Parts: sequence; C-alpha cells; structure tokens
Amino acid sequence: MSAIHDSAAADAYEPVFVGDTLDRLQSRFPEYPTKQALLLPALWMVQEQRGWVSEPAIGEVAEVLGLTPAYVKGVLTFYTMYHTHPVGRHFIQVCTTSPCGLCGAEDTMKALLEHTGCGDLGATSPDGRFTVVEVECLGACGFATPVIIDNDFIESVTPEKVPALLERYR
Amino acid sequence: MGFPHPIHPKENALLSKHFGDAEARTYTGWVERGGYQGLRKALGMDREAVIEEVKASGLRGRGGAGFPTGLKWSFMPKERVKPHYLVCNADESEPGTFKDREIMRWTPHGLIEGCALAAYAIGAERCYIYIRGEFTEPWAVMSRAVEEAYANGVLGADAMGSGHRIEITLHRGAGAYICGEETALMNSIEGKRGNPRIKPPFPAVAGLFGMPTTINNVETLAATPYIIQHGAALYKSFCLGNPKSTGTKLVSVCGHILRPGNYEITMGTPMKDLIYEMCGGMLPGRTLKAVIPGGSSVPIMTAEEAESCILDYEGVVEKGSMLGSAGMIVMDDTTDMVYQIWRLVRFYAHESCAQCTQCREGTGWTARILERILAGKGKEADFQLLLDLSEQMTGKTICVLSDSCAAPIVSGIQKFRGEFEAYMSGAREPVMATTS
Repeated sequence: MSAIHDSAAADAYEPVFVGDTLDRLQSRFPEYPTKQALLLPALWMVQEQRGWVSEPAIGEVAEVLGLTPAYVKGVLTFYTMYHTHPVGRHFIQVCTTSPCGLCGAEDTMKALLEHTGCGDLGATSPDGRFTVVEVECLGACGFATPVIIDNDFIESVTPEKVPALLERYR
Repeated sequence: MGFPHPIHPKENALLSKHFGDAEARTYTGWVERGGYQGLRKALGMDREAVIEEVKASGLRGRGGAGFPTGLKWSFMPKERVKPHYLVCNADESEPGTFKDREIMRWTPHGLIEGCALAAYAIGAERCYIYIRGEFTEPWAVMSRAVEEAYANGVLGADAMGSGHRIEITLHRGAGAYICGEETALMNSIEGKRGNPRIKPPFPAVAGLFGMPTTINNVETLAATPYIIQHGAALYKSFCLGNPKSTGTKLVSVCGHILRPGNYEITMGTPMKDLIYEMCGGMLPGRTLKAVIPGGSSVPIMTAEEAESCILDYEGVVEKGSMLGSAGMIVMDDTTDMVYQIWRLVRFYAHESCAQCTQCREGTGWTARILERILAGKGKEADFQLLLDLSEQMTGKTICVLSDSCAAPIVSGIQKFRGEFEAYMSGAREPVMATTS
C-alpha cells in the first residue's frame, strides 16, 4: 500500500476489500486463470459500494489484484460506466443515438435536464440528487427512449413522463 | 418493462415463442416447455456429431458477420492439450439491435442450454457470457438462471450426469461499444482495455487467455438446442429464399414504424411483409424514406431498395447492404438524412478505441465536416473530402469500426446527395451552430 500512503487523502481511506467484500472477490478467483481478469468485476464492486472509483481505490484494486495503479487507471478510463468523480445520488443515463433520436430522445434528454435541475449534461443538480449524462445506444431501440436511473432500466420515456418518473427517486 | 407483442402469423417463433411468458424464465418452467432436451441429447452424442449436425443445419452467425457456426466450431483443435474456452457475446450495442436483450430477459435457460451445448461440442469446460454493463435487467435474470442451472445439475463438474464439466461465468462489461468486437471482448474479459487485436492468430488458435476459443453471439447459441433436438433437416427447411440462408432470424425493428419490436422471421421473408404487415407499416400519414437493415454499421437503403429486398444474408447484399445483426432502423419522409448520418458518425467517433489512425482521426474529422454542412457552411468540395476520408477508413484498420462509420457516409451521399446540397446552397435552414 506504500504508493497510496503518500497522500493525506489516502490515510483517511477506508479499504473496500475487507471482510465479505474481499471474500466475494476472492471466491471468484477460481473462475479465471488470471487475477487480472477480475479487474472489471473489482472496479464494479468499488463503484457499487462507494459510488465512484477514487485514486486510493485505484491503488487498492491494484494491490488486491497484483497490478500497478497506472495500469488499473488505464483500464478504468477506457470504460464509460465507471465514475472517476463523485456523481449525484441518482445517476441518470439517457440514450440519444440515432434510433432513439428519430423518436424524440433529444426532447426527453432536455426534459431530464430541466426537471432534475442539472442544467448541463454531466453536471450534478444543486441539491446533489441527480446527475444526467447522454449515452450512446442502450440496446433497447424498439422502446425509445430508454433511460437508466441507478440500476433501473426504464423504457419508453417521453418528456411528459419525466416529472412523475423523477418523483420515484426522491 | 417492455412487453413483447403477440406472435404475428407470418412469424416463425422458435426463439421468441416464450417471450413475455414469465414462467419460462424459471428452470422448472423451461423444462416444462421442453427445455434442456436439446442439451441432454447433445451430451449423449459424439462431439464431432454435434458439430456436423450444426454444420448441416446451415446456421450462420447471428451477431452480424454471418459466418457458418458449425464450421467455426470445427476450427477448434481436436486434441485438448490446452484449456478450450467458449465465449458468448452478449455485448449487444449495435444501434438498432435489441434482440439478444429479449433472449436473455425472457428465455435465459435457452441461452444457458445453447452455451452448454456449444461448450461440450468444442471441448470447453468453461463458458464466459459477456453482458454489457448497461443491461441491468438481463444481468439479473441471467444470474438467477445460472444459479438455478447449477442447483439443478445442468452445470457443474458433472453436467446433466454426463460426466463432463461445464461451467458458466457471467462477466459484466462497463460501457464500450467496441467490446462487441470479438477480440476486444476477450481483452476486456482479461482485464484489459477493450482494444481489438490483430488477426491472425484467430481465436480458435489463440483467443481468450491465449487459449483456443470460440466466440458466438447470443442468438446463435440460443438457436442450437432446437437444431440438435429436432434435427438439422427441419431447421434447414426454414428457408423461403436462398438455401445459403436457413433457419429463423430475430429482426429488431425500430425508428419510424407503427409497431416496433422483435420479429422472428423465416430466412427469405420479404422486407415489405415485415414492415407493412407484421409491424403495421408507417406512422399515419407518413411514407418510407430509408432503411438501415442490419444495425447502424451497414449501408443505408432507399425505400425502393427496401421494399424489394428479401431478408436473408444474400438478399440484403443484392440490394447493396448487409443483413448484419438485423437491427432495422426505419426512417420516414420526415427524416433529415444529413442530420441522421451525422448522428451515426458521432456515435462512431465516440466509440472509436483510438488504436488506428484512420479510425481515431477519420471518425472525428468526418463528424466535423458533417457539422459544418449542417451549419450551412458546407462546400461542394466536402463531398469529395468525405468520400476520400471514407475510402481511407475502409479496409485499413484492425477492426471494422472505421468501415462502419464510412458506410452511412458513402451510401448517404450516393442516395441522398440532394439533402446535403440543400444545406450547402442555403435552400435548407442550418440546424447546427458550429465553430469549425
């Protein structure tokens, strides 16, 4: 852990991979011939617990899997679903790729920005409740517009449905 | 949760028969509906015989490339000196395509059965199912089904009492279109950035973890139990057109269409039957303008081409496009083709892994040119520039993402040139403000 102990922030860091969480990760080692293959699953476990993947968490994942922090960061930043910054309590992903775009996805996106108070894509609302991002194809093109809020996949969202939808995420 | 539509009389529901039937999602429900019989039969056969049967069925890859499945399986080494792996590609992210999602949501045991059957055939003891990170519901359904399959002895050290070890591991992606490319997907499972690999070596020689690997699409694997259970001859008989395209295909229809959804057609069904009968046609008062038939990576078809097109691998090629994943994007007369082409190009620019220069630079450059045109600042010379760039982006990179970006540009200019010209001449109001 020497690499991460250099900073004051790291001293305050509480490890993710202890107790049950460490057991859960280690129980998966036999499913793969390398520990490195557990990198995506380990990053998911961090994000599920902490909401995002911080620098100290990168160091911890590297340590647990026998990788370097630089390598972990290189992989982490390739994938769009991992957060490298804190986000709102409810994270909203809205698809605007062509098939949904044909069916009014941009209006749905604008309604989400307006009713959450986020204003801009990628921004968090002033109350810390929501972050809205635009994403590419969510693979539900027949049910335009699909929106993912946290782990809920919601189909056929229209601008009119947005206020009631957001009420569910107080 | 979107609910599937009632089966249309012109559909041939082999895979989609139980879509919408919640009980079919459980192990017991699946067995009551005749599930796991194909796997049981396969496990009692010689591996070679299973591969021969799949070859004889004419089944071709349903993910987009259309490669003969049995032939792909036969490339795996006969001697198992090293571990063999099966990978199921459930990273469905091709715009317009949403069929694998439905298979996983409604018939998870059908996919597990197909995976176990294929693993046995290629001599693999482990199958990884790589599910895109955004598919939260399919992930939950598949997780439950895999647990049930272990609990009921379908999977494990002695799969269905056959003495063969068959294990399935679900692996979650984390947001990257390129991971649907088979070698990028393998890198992703290995805990790497999802950069495609140079081929050769092909996966059957050195794939996942450097070991012999077969990688198949969800729909392809889900189709195999039926073939083994009912025989290649019956599957092969599902053919209305070219004998090189057999069986059924799930077609995802979206965009400007009355009843979007997944329709399971017999290969060789006319596209106009699908659009106007099964899907109920255009929205009221609208007419068909264009169709992208195989997911966003294939050339755009005009209404005339689409209405005379036969839906099978050869039929769509004959009309200048490709069947691909059969994710059909329908566009009516209200569509701004230049804007839609730009939106597709922006997708590829966002998803480029940036390994190859032609793709990294070309996707962004073509997007900026299209933005300029949409801002009313396009010039006649932009046509040649776009076509030159597209030429440089085709057939010159490690994978085909770059080619896929070029396809709508080239076909769009060929078929809808007037719409570009309208922006250039000022006949059409600019829809974009740009600084470039």
